[in-house]
Amino acid sequence: MKKYVLDLTVTENLSLHASYALIKLTQADPLPAMRPGQFAEIRIDGSCTTFLRRPISINFVDYEKNEVWFLVQLVGDGTRKLATVKKGDTVNVVLPLGNGFTLLPDNSKKVLLTGGGVGTAPMLYFGKVLAEKGFKPIFLLGARSAKDLLQLDEFAAYGEVYTTTEDGSAGEKGYVTAHSILQREKFDMIYTCGPKPMMMAVARYAKANNIECEVSLENTMACGVGACLCCVEKTDEGHVCVCKEGPVFNIKKLLWQI
Amino acid sequence: MADLRVNIGRLEMKNPVMTASGTFGYGLEFQDFVDLEKIGGIIVKGTTLAPREGNPYPRMAETPMGMLNAVGLQNKGVHYFVEHIYPQIKDISTNMIVNVSGSQVEDYAETASIINGLENIPAIELNISCPNVKQGGMAFGVSAHGAAEVVSAVRKVYDKTLIVKLSPNVTDITEIARAAEGAGADSVSLINTLLGMAIDAEKRRPILSTVTGGMSGAAVKPIALRMVWQVAKAVKIPVIGLGGIMNWKDAVEFLLAGASAIQIGTANFIDPAVTVKVAEGINDYLERHGYNSVKDIIGALEV
Repeated sequence: MKKYVLDLTVTENLSLHASYALIKLTQADPLPAMRPGQFAEIRIDGSCTTFLRRPISINFVDYEKNEVWFLVQLVGDGTRKLATVKKGDTVNVVLPLGNGFTLLPDNSKKVLLTGGGVGTAPMLYFGKVLAEKGFKPIFLLGARSAKDLLQLDEFAAYGEVYTTTEDGSAGEKGYVTAHSILQREKFDMIYTCGPKPMMMAVARYAKANNIECEVSLENTMACGVGACLCCVEKTDEGHVCVCKEGPVFNIKKLLWQI
Repeated sequence: MADLRVNIGRLEMKNPVMTASGTFGYGLEFQDFVDLEKIGGIIVKGTTLAPREGNPYPRMAETPMGMLNAVGLQNKGVHYFVEHIYPQIKDISTNMIVNVSGSQVEDYAETASIINGLENIPAIELNISCPNVKQGGMAFGVSAHGAAEVVSAVRKVYDKTLIVKLSPNVTDITEIARAAEGAGADSVSLINTLLGMAIDAEKRRPILSTVTGGMSGAAVKPIALRMVWQVAKAVKIPVIGLGGIMNWKDAVEFLLAGASAIQIGTANFIDPAVTVKVAEGINDYLERHGYNSVKDIIGALEV
């Protein structure tokens, strides 16, 4: 897919709570095609400690409104600076990057989309695309506590939503891999994005139950286009760039000890 | 339009803008963003005789106005390059230059001689700023003797334009530059990355798997500029300047300091279209100051 450097305009910057901003961007021309699971490299302007772009997954694409959404977790100086943009500001993005999730050809297959923390971000757009193709995706979203569960109403528009929290303040208490939906339903494919220990636990569950599984990795990266070779992951083909060959990988390709 | 053409030895370039090895892939990764033919020269990633897996992840740490990398020359080896990469890049209408790395003199020479046979690769850049020698563990690029040894060996088997990339991690870079010149280099490029380190205080661990790594980006520009100025006065062969060039103004500064051409590296990660913008910016600068040719400002610094 052709990649673009775009100056996009902020239409909305919603502070979802102290640690998350939802930034919606547009431009006069139609936005390029983007696949669920792909990401953008966003330039951070005006932060003296931030040199590189920040890779942020595509949270949602609203082609009717010509908007692309980014769910940004405020982690360091760069993301904090990004979260200060206001309506009308310009944000420079490189997109779409990476490969995206694999769509199964048969829409009667049962698919689980599970994310932890800000890792739920790419699942919203993926859920929309799956629903449009006739799938009935099930979302399993995990967080530390109720306030960290984001965009639940948006998810509910595209499928059933189940949640877990570590403190039990919403949904079932514990990690996503302990949720009862995994006992009740038999899934054909699991897609996951989140902290590495969570993704490894999901991958372990999928492998033990013979379920196809794709994970979206977030190795620290610089260029985003497969040039600098910084974000590598060890696979059955040696070191490959997460930014170019990923960020989505079938767990069979990875050398995770699961 | 000013005349932007420059020569590096027998290499003719349409403008002085090149890409630094390891920051621009094989050029193909950037063709959505820039017209590759508008770049004076593209130096593709470091190529070694045998394939190299590179260092374990993590390989990168961001630093104030810069970054550290510890990629470790990951590449599939020169034979893979010849069979699979070269056919894809040989018809790009610019100077496609291969960066050659190695760990032994013989490996450098063999790799260079293989690339010598590729019609559309008019030059190589010899990376003597990375690995260790088989005896004594001394890096080629940090001693005049080591530099001369590897450059001489490659010069014997390579008859096109030979650029030697110098390490800044030395006491006197002009000494190494003169050794490379004496051993037959057509040009020297500098600087490669500066040895640096990053620590995660919370985890009490280094960020890079290799503990130390090479620093690049805007933060290194003053050091690079100083070294280019020193080397340009010390040698007669053309100098290619690099290190922290982010825009046309930085590029002009290197030209004024004595560089005949410049390379853009880490800046490609922040603006993948920066190369062409720099070439345009140099032209605008020349027109604004009434120069007909970029050659008029090379080494034109008034001290």
